[in-house]
Amino acid sequence: MSDPAKIAVRGIAKSFGQKHVLAGVDLTVRPGESLVVIGGSGTGKSVLLKIILGLIKPDVGSITVDGEETVGLDARARERVNAKFGMLFQSAALFDSLSVWENVAFGLIQGRGMAPAEAKQHAIENLAAVGLPADVGALSPAELSGGMRKRVGLARAIATRPEIIFFDEPTTGLDPIMSDVINDLIIGCVKTLGATTVSITHDMHSARKIATHIAMLNGGKIVWTGPIAELDRTGNPYVEQFIHGRADGPIKMQIRA
Amino acid sequence: MNPLATIGRIFLAFLASVGRIALFAATAISHCFRPPFYPTLVLRQMRDIGYFSLPVVGLTALFTGMVLALQSFTGFARFQAEGAVATVVVLSMTRELGPVIAGLMVAGRVGASMAAEIGTMRVTEQIDALMTLSTNPFKYLVVPRLIAGLTMMPVLVLVADIIGVLGGYLVGVYKLNFNAAAYLKQTADYLQIMDVVSGLVKAAVFGFLVAVLGCFHGYHSGGGAQGVGRATTNSVVSSSIMILIVDYMLTEMFFATR
Repeated sequence: MSDPAKIAVRGIAKSFGQKHVLAGVDLTVRPGESLVVIGGSGTGKSVLLKIILGLIKPDVGSITVDGEETVGLDARARERVNAKFGMLFQSAALFDSLSVWENVAFGLIQGRGMAPAEAKQHAIENLAAVGLPADVGALSPAELSGGMRKRVGLARAIATRPEIIFFDEPTTGLDPIMSDVINDLIIGCVKTLGATTVSITHDMHSARKIATHIAMLNGGKIVWTGPIAELDRTGNPYVEQFIHGRADGPIKMQIRA
Repeated sequence: MNPLATIGRIFLAFLASVGRIALFAATAISHCFRPPFYPTLVLRQMRDIGYFSLPVVGLTALFTGMVLALQSFTGFARFQAEGAVATVVVLSMTRELGPVIAGLMVAGRVGASMAAEIGTMRVTEQIDALMTLSTNPFKYLVVPRLIAGLTMMPVLVLVADIIGVLGGYLVGVYKLNFNAAAYLKQTADYLQIMDVVSGLVKAAVFGFLVAVLGCFHGYHSGGGAQGVGRATTNSVVSSSIMILIVDYMLTEMFFATR
């Protein structure tokens, strides 16, 4: 614990009615780290990211970003903290009332108050950084394929030069080749920005490629965390079962309608 | 199951949602007065709510005025009061039918589209995305719709009043053979400023209600296409009911003491 933590999550718990989604999560993300949170569907990975971003309020627990407590911030302070963050959503969450370049420039125009003409230039540069030509900027998000939407979402997430970027299942729903393209883009963008990233995925190929550290979420708790190099010799039965994709093991999939 | 317990549960759930809507409206109103402001979005909503609702509101107002003249003529003929047709048309339109009919049409046209649009944005995480891009969804999505609803409804209703009176005039003069000048004089003679103003105040309140309920149901939309569908239905049903209830309360406030 010599490095000060970029994000420190302590004892976060969240229940929805009778369902305890998170039951005391502790997680530390250090500057420049690329942490990938793995875990089965419905284990609360997305909820964890949304709690860190302040989109969902935790029942108990504390989260500090750069040493500042962020649980219970008012809306204005939250906006200030969230300016440090960028997020690529699972289905990209592009604003379909705006064109592609307006989406990419959104954080610059609305968040930073940049003039539209200048923001458009930045948007085109960011589109180029994710391998999209400038004329894509004029399209509407509805005209894009799944892979292109992800790229535009990535361009939007990096446009404000955030210190921390979250990736919510960046490769879900993409073909293997496009998945790898996105993985490479994530690695490339993160390297150029020097950002700290937290990704959630159940795609182990993607996890191994983009992670420097792995944390495994199961039963509402982090059951294992460590550097990527140690992933294959954890001796942890949960991790073993998950990374090898076995149906038998300590993790019981809840099979019900 | 205990029927009393069921009634109690339903009543508590009703009170809880009334409270949630009131809180939502209060939050939205407080954001109206704090920067940043989005004037272009307000103008776009004003165009969508006001300008694009003109055809449907105008058409319903025209036929409402026409049928009002026809009905009151045939009804009043039973006690030789046909002369009151023009007055009945103008008072009914301005005080009551203009705001209510326009309110219901706007609830169906605009409230539904607000709930569907914001609900879809909720379901596809676009509202979450707004927040991660340092943009407050209340200021960006709700406030422009509230302001546009509040300001454009009175304008729409003023147009509806005029078209409705015109509809009554057309039927009165060309079908019921009233003298055109006499019809117009009678329309103007008994009309007081208060009749029109009370209708416009109602309109502003209805516009606000439709926008709040449309945004509220969209904002709290459940998952998937079904959730958005339910949000849309709830928004139209609740704003239509609220329009009729609030209409009675406002009417009593304006005219009961006279």
